[in-house]
Amino acid sequence: MAPWLFYLFATISVVSSIGVIGQRNPMYSVLLLIGSFISLAGLYVGLDSPFVAVTQIVVYAGAIMVLFLFVVMLLNAPREDVAPGAQLPIPGVVKAYGGVLSVAMAAMLLWALSRLGVVPFVEDPQAAERVASVRDIGLMLFRDHAFSFEVTSILILVAMVGAVVLAKKTV
Amino acid sequence: MMTDLQAIMPILIVTLTAIVTMVAESFQPRGERVPLGGLGLIGLTGAAVASVLLWGRDLTGFGVMRADNFALFINVTLCAIGVLTILFSTSVVERERIPSGEYFALTLFGISGMMLMAGASDLLVIFLALEVMSLSVYVLTGIRRSSEAGAEAAFKYFLLGAFSSAFFLYGIAFTYGVVGSTRLEQVAATLASQVSGPSVMTILALALLLVGFAFKVSAVPFHMWTPDAYEGAPTLVTGFMSTGVKAAAFAAFIRVFLSAFEPLHAEWAPIVSALAVATMVLGTTVGVAQSNVKRMLAYSSIAHGGYLLVGLIAANSVGKAGMLFYLAAYGVTNVAAFGVMALLSTDDHPHDNVRDFAGLWHRRPALAAAMTVFLLSLGGLPPTAGFVAKWYVFAAAVQEGYYGLAIIGMLTSVISVYFYLRIVVLMYMSEDVAVDPAPRLPRGAVAGLALATLAIFYLGVLPTRVINLAVQSVQGLF
Repeated sequence: MAPWLFYLFATISVVSSIGVIGQRNPMYSVLLLIGSFISLAGLYVGLDSPFVAVTQIVVYAGAIMVLFLFVVMLLNAPREDVAPGAQLPIPGVVKAYGGVLSVAMAAMLLWALSRLGVVPFVEDPQAAERVASVRDIGLMLFRDHAFSFEVTSILILVAMVGAVVLAKKTV
Repeated sequence: MMTDLQAIMPILIVTLTAIVTMVAESFQPRGERVPLGGLGLIGLTGAAVASVLLWGRDLTGFGVMRADNFALFINVTLCAIGVLTILFSTSVVERERIPSGEYFALTLFGISGMMLMAGASDLLVIFLALEVMSLSVYVLTGIRRSSEAGAEAAFKYFLLGAFSSAFFLYGIAFTYGVVGSTRLEQVAATLASQVSGPSVMTILALALLLVGFAFKVSAVPFHMWTPDAYEGAPTLVTGFMSTGVKAAAFAAFIRVFLSAFEPLHAEWAPIVSALAVATMVLGTTVGVAQSNVKRMLAYSSIAHGGYLLVGLIAANSVGKAGMLFYLAAYGVTNVAAFGVMALLSTDDHPHDNVRDFAGLWHRRPALAAAMTVFLLSLGGLPPTAGFVAKWYVFAAAVQEGYYGLAIIGMLTSVISVYFYLRIVVLMYMSEDVAVDPAPRLPRGAVAGLALATLAIFYLGVLPTRVINLAVQSVQGLF
């Protein structure tokens, strides 16, 4: 993948992610989230993983975001309902403190990354081919990671039960 | 295949019991009440028996689950915590109109996640187990739908928890980037073979994993969620999550940092030392200022996390065995202390202020006596379990030359005794001020209190047997 393509997708992804939390209107947030997901899919293509990229678009940008949109529209909440005075004003000191901390952390990360020089990742020329095809992904999922797969089903069951408990009308 | 299944038998039993509990509630005839708590008790006893039967066999399941003595020791501890929670819960759940099927099912799912976490030898499985456990506890925190504080606590816990999971996952990704595998044994092998010292990427992975674990064991400065979540959750859920979650998180913490990242001990020991000092000092000093007992116990549990971190740093055989003993002793004690509070609370009166305990001795002598035992054990006074646990952890720190940590630990322990004894003094020395007809004690809860008291004295007076088992469980593992 050409470096400029990577930077293009990465920039779109980061900017639209920041946009998601910066919006007052939930509808725009959802749309920006779709943008973020699609640019991530672009990054996956660049990593020689077309299957993951397609899954990303079908599952996240498609199915899940449609659900998000439905919920936002059904709740009929085009704007966040913030009653005036309901939000506590954040003191300037706290803002400054948080700002300084985040800048410091960003600087530290940049410094660490700039020191990397050589690529520290394991170089495996066959890695891309190994996980590119659906067949191989299936084999890996059900052979090497079969146990994780089963644990995931329990995880989803717990999430489902939890969602019902918290959302059902009569207790 | 058979040994694979045997290795995960305790987890399998608990998970199946959770599903049965959930289904049983929906099939119960109208107007009748199936004793769902009883089902849970049977399942947990079964899991504990299975763990005992597996002792010493060191089975491996599916390549990613270890049924070594370490995991089994934690399993039995978790079963004890679960049994006590359920014994106290049966009456409280009914009184507070908590949906009982879901409550017990989620408790059991939580325990199965914790057991998975204690036994997993693959970072991916540890992450999934962490999520199973956390999701159950998030929902349990907010299960009283009518309570605003509960909703706030659940939301805060969920948001910050999701955030820390992201850190943890990021750490796993970097580890995979460096090693090319998520299996702990391969991580250890690769890191040990890095002759030129750890790369920046390795340190980054280490730091991110550390943040994830520090959040789950609520080490300072990643403790912000703890007081709010503990205060807002139903009292018994607080007891459950302050012990079970901590035991499981520490089990995985020990396994990852003392097996996979052991070659980097010199890199992470100073960071963890700083965390331990901050945790012990802040936990006790802020705890002194609390007037809400649930908040006070939240800070006390933060401080206990600090003492456990001391054991993690000292990490000789005494320290590791001491940590396991500590987790068991602290788990039983803390669940029981929260149990007493839950039994005393009524619908319109949560009984969580320090003043509420005034004169308890005159009203409920048995409960006051039991609470005294639990508080003394939390404070680490002999002849209770808490004393022996602290003694082993600090002894390990001294043996390894971490005198500073040991001294800070002892000083903060002394300070913490103040806020435990304050309640004890109020219970005995002051006249009866609060006159609220607290409900009668149900039989299950009495059994729970008796079991916990016995266990605390057993561990405190005759600790040798359990300590030997703890030593066995860490031998040859790390």
